[in-house]
This record gives sequence, C-alpha cells and structure tokens, in this order.
Amino acid sequence: MRTSDCDVVIVGVGGQGVILISEIIGKAALSAGLSVRGVETHGMAQRGGSVINHIRIGCRYSAMISLGGADVLLAMEPAEALRYATYLSPDGIALVNTTAVLPVTVTTGQASYPAIEEILAPLWEASSRVYPMDATGLAAEAGSLQATNVVMLGALARHIPIGEEALLEALFQTVPARFLEINRKAFELGKIEVE
Amino acid sequence: MREYLLGNVAIARGILEAGAGVISGYPGTPSSEIVEHLAPLAEEHRIHVEWSVNEKVAMEVAIGASWTGTRAAVTMKHVGLNVAADPFMTLPYLGVGGGMVIISADDPYCHSSQNEQDSRRYAAFARVPCLDPADPQEARDMTLRAFSLSEEFGLPVMVRPTTRVSHARATVDVGAPRERKASPGFEKNPPRRVALPVHARPLHAELLDKQAEIEAALAKEAWNRSQMRGDVGIIASGIGGLYAEEAIAELEADVSLLRIGAYPIPRTIVGDFLEKVDRILVVEEMDPVLEEFVEMVAKERNPEVEILGKRSGHIPKVGELDPLTVRKAIARMMGLQQRGAPTMSPEVLSILPPRPPALCPGCSHRASYYAMRKAFGRDAVYPNDIGCYTMGVGMGTVDSCLCMGASITVGAGIRFGGEERGICAVLGDSTFLHSGLTGLLNAAYNGARMTVAILDNSITAMTGHQPHPGAGRTATGDISPTISLEEICRSLGAGLVETADPYDLDSMIETFERARDHPGLSVVVAKQACVISEMRAGIRRPMLRVDEEKCGGCKLCVSFGCPAIEFDGKVARINALCSGCGVCAKICPQQAMEVAE
Repeated sequence: MRTSDCDVVIVGVGGQGVILISEIIGKAALSAGLSVRGVETHGMAQRGGSVINHIRIGCRYSAMISLGGADVLLAMEPAEALRYATYLSPDGIALVNTTAVLPVTVTTGQASYPAIEEILAPLWEASSRVYPMDATGLAAEAGSLQATNVVMLGALARHIPIGEEALLEALFQTVPARFLEINRKAFELGKIEVE
Repeated sequence: MREYLLGNVAIARGILEAGAGVISGYPGTPSSEIVEHLAPLAEEHRIHVEWSVNEKVAMEVAIGASWTGTRAAVTMKHVGLNVAADPFMTLPYLGVGGGMVIISADDPYCHSSQNEQDSRRYAAFARVPCLDPADPQEARDMTLRAFSLSEEFGLPVMVRPTTRVSHARATVDVGAPRERKASPGFEKNPPRRVALPVHARPLHAELLDKQAEIEAALAKEAWNRSQMRGDVGIIASGIGGLYAEEAIAELEADVSLLRIGAYPIPRTIVGDFLEKVDRILVVEEMDPVLEEFVEMVAKERNPEVEILGKRSGHIPKVGELDPLTVRKAIARMMGLQQRGAPTMSPEVLSILPPRPPALCPGCSHRASYYAMRKAFGRDAVYPNDIGCYTMGVGMGTVDSCLCMGASITVGAGIRFGGEERGICAVLGDSTFLHSGLTGLLNAAYNGARMTVAILDNSITAMTGHQPHPGAGRTATGDISPTISLEEICRSLGAGLVETADPYDLDSMIETFERARDHPGLSVVVAKQACVISEMRAGIRRPMLRVDEEKCGGCKLCVSFGCPAIEFDGKVARINALCSGCGVCAKICPQQAMEVAE
C-alpha cells in the first residue's frame, strides 16, 4: 500500500535555496488542506556541502523518503542528481539543472568534474523520464540567478498534486515583494521548459 | 490552528503555549532554532530569552527561574548535556518549582556532531522522565505536556528530539500562547534547595521513591500505545515507531505494534505486550535502551519470546534509522520477500567529485591557518576545537578535536606529556567564551609553554550566527557590555597577547612568529568578521581577478583551498564566489592577482 500521495527529493548544494523550495511546497500543501511532511539539511552540511531535502505530500508518516521511493528527484545541480539518484523509484522522474557548481575538491584539483552526458546517462537508466534543463540560464533570463530554485519549482509544478495557484500564492508570501515579477517569470520559464 | 512548522519551531510553540517565562540555551545543531524562534518574540510575550555562555550556565539559569515558580526551558544539543551534567544530576534531588523542561537534541549519524550519544541514558541516569517525539506534532505536544508533568512530580522533564524531528517540517496543530504567570519569587527552603550531604541523603531516597509513581503516570500517556494484530510484534521508540507504522502499512502485514514515547518505560505495558507475542523486533535509534529493558522484562513475563533488534543484527547499532531499513528488518523477521532498493554501481558513482562542507570563500580562518603554518611549520602540533574552523582539517593545522574548549587543555597536556615541538591550540571566540577560559587559566597557572590562537569572527558561525558576549548584543538584540578577549586572556595569566587581522597576511604571520618565540603561554587573537555576517550586513569588497599574463601556473593559490580559486589547466582563475578578501593576492609569488575593475 502507498503511504504518501507524492514523494519529492530535492537535492543541491548548500546555499542554492533548496530549503525555500520545500518551504513553498509545504505552505501550498497546507493551504490546499493536504497533510505534508518534510525534512531538511541544516548545520555542517550547509557550508557548500551536498544537501538533500525530503518532502512528502499527502502523508501522515515520517518525513523520510525511502531509497527507491521518490516520485520526483528535483536536482539543483547535476552531480548531486546522480549522487542521490538511488532515492528515485523506477517510475520516478528526474528534473535536473544542468549547470554545475564545482566543489572545492574540483577547484583545488583533487578531483575532476564529469561531463554532463556522463551524469545524465545513468540517470536515464535509473528513472522513467529525465528532464535536463538549464535552470540557471533561465533564472538569468528571468532577471536573477538567485531565482534558479524558483525555475525548478516551476518545472516541478505539474508533477505534484498541488495546484499552480496555491504554489504561486505560497511563493509570493515567501519571497520579498520587490522580487515578485522576477519570481513569477522564473516560475513560468521553468514550467514551460518541461511542457 | 494548523501550521507548517519546523520541529524545533513546534517545540518553541509548545514552550509559548505552556506560558514559560524563561528560556535559555547554547546553540548546537540540531537544537538551535528553538531559542532563535523565541528570541524575537520575547518582548511581545514578556519572556526572558537568552543565549547563555554555555549549557551548564543555561541550565542553572533555567533552574533559578524555576525556583521562583516561573516555568522555564533550556535547550542544547546532546553533547551540551555533558557540559550541563553537573547541575543536571543533582537537580532531581532538589527538584523544581515552576515546571522545567530540558530539551536535549540528539544527532544519530553525527550529521553535525562529534558523537552519537543517547540522551535517554542521561535521563535514566538522573532519574527524570524523558519524552521521545517521533515528529513535529509530538514534539509540540510533548513539550507542552512536559511542563505539567514536571510540576506533578517536582522534577525536570527531558524532551529528546533527534535531528530528523528537529529539522523535519510538518503540518502541526498548535494552540495560542499562554501568558506567563506572575512569580511569587524565590522561597527559602534550605532542606529542599541546599545539597548538603545531610539534605542530599533523604532527597536521594525521595527521588527513588517517586519512580514507581512516575512510571505508573507515564503508562497512561497516549505516546505509549499498542495495537495488537497477531503474535509477531514490534516495540519501537520515538521516530522508530513512526517508521515501523509506515512499514507495516506498506507491507500490509499483520504485526502488533507497541510504540514507546515516554520514559521511564512502563514495565506493565511492555510485559502485557510481551505475553501476547512469540517474536518481537525492537526498533530504536542509538543505544539499545528499549531492547535491554525488553530483555529484562521478558525474563519475568515471557522467557520464551524471541527478541530481535540490535543484538541480533536486524537493526543497525550505529547511525540513524530510515523507513527502508526498518521495513527490511520487519520483512526479514517475517520471512517476507522484499524487492531490493535501486542501487547505483560504485563505478558509476565514482565519477562524482566529493563535496564535503568547506570553509567559505574568503573565510578568514583559512588565512589564519596559512599564517600559522608559515610561522609554526608543518611539524608543530595543532590541537583544535569545535566550530567552523574544524573544517580546515585538510590544511594540516587541525590535529585533534575532542569537545568544546579541549584545544587548550589537551594542548597543555600534550606539552606536559613530553612533546617538544611547537604547540598552537586553535579555537573560536564563541568556543573560547563557552569553555576555553578555564583551560587558559589552567595553562597559565601550571606553566604550559604553548600558543593559543583564538579565531575571532565575533559570532557563533557554525550553528547559524548566534551572538555571544563578544558580539556586543544578546539573543534579543539588547546591547551587552563590551568585553575584550585580549584583556580576559591577560587577566587569566597569558604572558603575551597580540591581535592581528588574518587578511593582513604578513602581519598575521609575524604575530604568530612572536607568539611562537615567546617562552611561556602566548595568545594570538586573529580578528576578522565572518564573511557570511559581512555579506548579510551588506558589506561588499571588490572581487579579484587573475592577470593571465603574470600567472605562472604554480598553483600555490589553488592549494590555498579557497573555493573561489580555480585552475583551468594553465592558469588560475577567480570565480564568482570571490568575496574580495585579497589573501590570495598576498600568497601569489607573481603578484598576478589584482582587484577586478
């Protein structure tokens, strides 16, 4: 028996605004009268480290998603998509920002960063659908690189059982009013990208 | 009222709903957001909220408040309870006045901690009740109930969330804050409040006598609940119970479940459950507290029952649990076939570069370490401490990390133990004020020849930028007396005390050299604001760029380890992460770094 309507794993790098995405989904789910659970990475792992948030919509159990249980993997960064790909269910889909954030192990020359094709190939095998997208570029187009997470949220919108209106309302409640237009555009660009 | 709340915020709301008047704590992941949530509300609710200097101080402040009849809460991470263990162990003898709740947040898997210590053991050790929430709703409910339980038994009550409860978010039903009750003040009662041996002996007996009554009362709490569905059972604690409940639903299995949320564990409930099953699985994170208890009760009530858990290898002894691990353990107990979770071959994952947490671009700690190594050399001994700076472990200047404040004391011990090489102990400003002062005093008093470097960024950075006495303001934003680390160090007996700015690299190196050559105890304060604090305050420095003509490709700057410096195969490049600290420009032998136009 399924114990949650929709399980989303959101991954990225500390500082990319992963927590904001969870927060908006949570608020939107609450206003839609859905039971929602999430869990976040705080503390040490935020210092440029790899971060993972779980969010479960229509769930009354724990906030943790099982390996192999996620309906959607939302990745703000390609290497992190692959790092956490085992969370995806075989029927799950992956939304992947293709712009890399180089870890300090790469900038200092201790490790190298793989080509995007090398990252996407195993992802294609692990999931039913992969949507690679230049969310960072789309955010720039919307007016701010900071809105990359909102582009990803827009891309996620049609894959979760929450209405777009509720998501936008929660988004506008959360971000400062002066960035409203940029965020609206970023959300729209993300949405169109996966249509 | 239903809201979407972080577990720690749900706890804070429980504290407000209980009408507590005093809340103290020392920051520590995963506990910090409780005080952070309450501090801005202090004025509105007329409550006292403080970041204390350390956990022992925080607990004693809460105890004093409780003894005036005011409800009080104190927050800390699990290892903070070690610091507060002294008052914690004797407080149950003396008892509380107003309800007192101790929140000790555990961190299975050491997400942000140095050990996997189980606070339930501490609660049993001190003989106080302990509530073990499974999710944010329980965290709020238990916190609220803990205050009244505390008053019923005259004892402090522990609430023990774990990382996955404190940092979970969920829809939570909360009530309105209750107004703080007026306090009658401190009531003099020496036989009750003065732990002289003559008082302590009868108080100890009284504490032990209360235990049966506590157990009986907790047996009635809704958090200890069972559901019988067959002769195979699970007994689970806290979040383990929630994982088990989900696994049972997923497996659609007929399994009886007893969930324990309140300690001391009610013997009758466990015994009654054990009599009805042939085989049980004990599901809990960290220590086998429940499992050992179940084994003990089984001897009396059902010696035949088969007990599975950590000892049998069904449940891991270390790390944290997750729904899949619990589901697999249940399936294994019941002999059910389980499809394996998807895996990625190690070869596929091996293409991924590791992404460990690192010092921020422009972090002054990196410059301090660089200067320190220049002065003391690679061969010197560098006892380190708890804070962001421990992440500099790759720079060769982090040789030990034990607990808060131990850099200085362990360093002194290393000297007395026979080490002849240079010793430079390193700790941050918040850690120094937390528990470095006594160590420095001891080093001075006992004549330890060593250097202590205080990396002073004027904030508790690691846990989320909480203020401390060196920051000049309190948790609630009030201006606090100005203190000087240098004057404190001199007063404690350090022979040489100097301050330098790590961004001024040459002067920083020279300062370390003077400290190194000092024949006794020297202190270097490396003072520079945290880059994150500066960014938040809107302070921007011009970024740097590399003059590719000048760059010889020696990679000296790359080995410095700043995430803003990259190497493209021939020359170094500076990326958008640059905070403009300018230290790389001082390292570059070719003077190839310049301020970008």
